[in-house]
Amino acid sequence: MNTHSLYQVPDKYTGLKHGGAIAIGYMPAAVTFGFLAQSTGLTFMEAVMMSTFVFAGAAQYTALGLISAGTGALEIIITTFVLNIRHLLMSASLNEKAEASHPVIKAGYAFGITDEVFAVTSTNNGPIPSSYIYSVFLTAYVSWVAFTAAGHSAGDLLPAFLQTSLSFAIYALFLALLLPPLKKSRKVLVLAGTAALFHGILYPFLPEGWAIITAAAAASILIEWAAPNSNREEQPAHE
Amino acid sequence: MNSSLLWIIAGMAVVTYIPRMLPFVVLNGKRLPSWVEGALRNVPFAALGALIFPGLLFVHDSLFFGIVGAASAVILSYVNENMVFIVLGSIFILSLLLPIF
Repeated sequence: MNTHSLYQVPDKYTGLKHGGAIAIGYMPAAVTFGFLAQSTGLTFMEAVMMSTFVFAGAAQYTALGLISAGTGALEIIITTFVLNIRHLLMSASLNEKAEASHPVIKAGYAFGITDEVFAVTSTNNGPIPSSYIYSVFLTAYVSWVAFTAAGHSAGDLLPAFLQTSLSFAIYALFLALLLPPLKKSRKVLVLAGTAALFHGILYPFLPEGWAIITAAAAASILIEWAAPNSNREEQPAHE
Repeated sequence: MNSSLLWIIAGMAVVTYIPRMLPFVVLNGKRLPSWVEGALRNVPFAALGALIFPGLLFVHDSLFFGIVGAASAVILSYVNENMVFIVLGSIFILSLLLPIF
């Protein structure tokens, strides 16, 4: 399917569909988070509040581990910051492709820029409408909060076999975003491959947030140096 | 409700939101040097590479779980490039193959 010639600007309905793919991926992660929060001793309100106000999967899991180890508040907050520093790069990148909007509108959807929301929205051709970004983020967000609540109330609501295979869902989503453009563009292949290689080398030595941002930034700069993006060049987008 | 936990949640919310929000507000409407803009346009696909590997290998105790899942996604992407199709399809294939891991 040639998304190049048939390409349409994604609207808020496309956003619901794309956000739905994230929602499926978030379901098992959020159910597991809710269940772990309950076994860590968080009340229902505390678990749901954490998902509502923080909305950062990896950081929330890590926080639970630290809370149960009796770690102090400041250390938990610093760890969260280090884990989420990667979003600085992702937001700066999405800002390049996002349509011009009032800063307040951008500051609103900025809350929802998780790895998955960034991956889904930023792989569209620009300019990317704000309404589309809101629609992707809110669909994913509702799933994250609702399934946190479900997981805290009934953590074993998913059969074990489904929990295991659903743990692959986030990776399936990332692959579904990467594969179509990767087949059409050697540059996409080289970019993803270089960053994957760098991350593979770095992850044993750096905290997770730093390893991802360093690998992605290094690969992006290296490939820009080797093959500069012309001003209006677009990379192929996902379906 | 435990008040120290409320502080933890509030602190986590702030340090998560700030890195997500700052670039949109600080860089809004600004032009960066062209090599920086070019590099930022590369980030989505570079980030996908780093998000997939090596994390994919550690989803399950068995390395092959992630590898078989990735192979399923690759095959499915030749059938149909629809995102939801690839996500649900590879989960379905992994569910069928689960006894081998």
